[in-house]
Amino acid sequence: MFEFIIIMLVKIAVVFGALLLTVAYLTWLERKVIGDIQVRLGPMRVGYHGLLQPIADGLKLLFKEDIIPAEADRTVYLLAPLVAIIPALISFAVIPFGSQVKILGRTIDLYITDVNIGILFIFAVASLGVYGIVLAGWSSNNKYSLLGAMRSSAQMISYELSMGLSIVGVLMMAQSLSLVQIVKAQSVVWFILLQPVGFLIYLICAVAETNRAPFDLPEAETELVAGFHVEYSSMKFALFFLAEYANIVTVSALATTLFLGGWQGPLLPPVAWFLLKVFAFIFLFVWLRATLPRFRYDQLMGFGWKVLLPVSLANILVTGLIMAWR
Amino acid sequence: MAADYAYVGLFLLVGILFVVFTIEVLSRLLRPSRPNPEKLSTYECGERPIGGSWIQFHVRYYLYALVYIVFAVETVFLFPWAVAFHRLGFFAFIEMMIFIAILLVGLAYAWKKGALEWV
Repeated sequence: MFEFIIIMLVKIAVVFGALLLTVAYLTWLERKVIGDIQVRLGPMRVGYHGLLQPIADGLKLLFKEDIIPAEADRTVYLLAPLVAIIPALISFAVIPFGSQVKILGRTIDLYITDVNIGILFIFAVASLGVYGIVLAGWSSNNKYSLLGAMRSSAQMISYELSMGLSIVGVLMMAQSLSLVQIVKAQSVVWFILLQPVGFLIYLICAVAETNRAPFDLPEAETELVAGFHVEYSSMKFALFFLAEYANIVTVSALATTLFLGGWQGPLLPPVAWFLLKVFAFIFLFVWLRATLPRFRYDQLMGFGWKVLLPVSLANILVTGLIMAWR
Repeated sequence: MAADYAYVGLFLLVGILFVVFTIEVLSRLLRPSRPNPEKLSTYECGERPIGGSWIQFHVRYYLYALVYIVFAVETVFLFPWAVAFHRLGFFAFIEMMIFIAILLVGLAYAWKKGALEWV
């Protein structure tokens, strides 16, 4: 029992550390990739090819003064970053990185826990993230923040629907809500081949849910300064930043698990395959940001409700018909 | 079974401790604190802020929220149905399609009434 607890604590520490490191270096990766796309070098000064840049940024934010506006609702203002970052982090408790490995004669599962409703847990937790944004925007008592928060919440609930509906087809085929079981159900053929429409809808919704370009209206720099976190500084700002990037990692990991066969693949070890697929998605996110201009808000809402929602329902209908036929 | 959720709880605890430690301990020890009235005033592009921002929101946000609730509940119904789809057979499929069709009438109504238009 004691040994088991030690293993669990080590696993949590490793996953947590790896997640924070990935998120930190995601900022570096994004600046580098966008730099390359725009024929610039990106960060070069701090460390070899700017490799220490995320650490320098983090330290800088630690040393910055924490400003709480006099007009703000103090309690809610202090609580909001916590409400934003915690859901972004704990989704990783149920994501499987690999099946099992043998270390020192013990079999260790490469996931923290396999709850039998894993996918439902992730969706429930992910939808809590919007509270952090709304509370931050409202409590700042700033007009830009409030507008950003309102837009963000309307956008996130609109796209959350299609996101939830897009994976119903996957659940019908996998016959389970457990992420480990869903990965195992893809040992023959990945669900991206059986559910191409569902995958496409999921991908679009994932970009919208994480408030990334071309759906980055909540923080449209040119009109809203920075959206819901205008008034935040120091580590509180850093936490919102971390939350955004942690959400990108989460939706990428979920896309890998649901559609790309998770950790499965030939030759390379399972964890390597998992990371490879996740980083392919992350690269896609950065690529989209460098390529596409921002949507207009009415286009964004119209697209979510009038295109994605009917298409995802039709996808369920077609999947059900084909499966009932056989 | 309950143990599975205990690990989630443990992970949550680590997360909260990390956040509270960085904000309330590490950053508090390192950061300066020299507030003054100008610094603490609300940001409005350098102008003195005019009025507060705790105002009534536009009604269109509520319309989206209402339509959302209808379909969010539907999604929750769909998840267990999808998992048990293989065992339920064709009858359950027809039943669920009727259920979705009823909700689609609601969506069509909202669409026709212009609740989905952003004006």
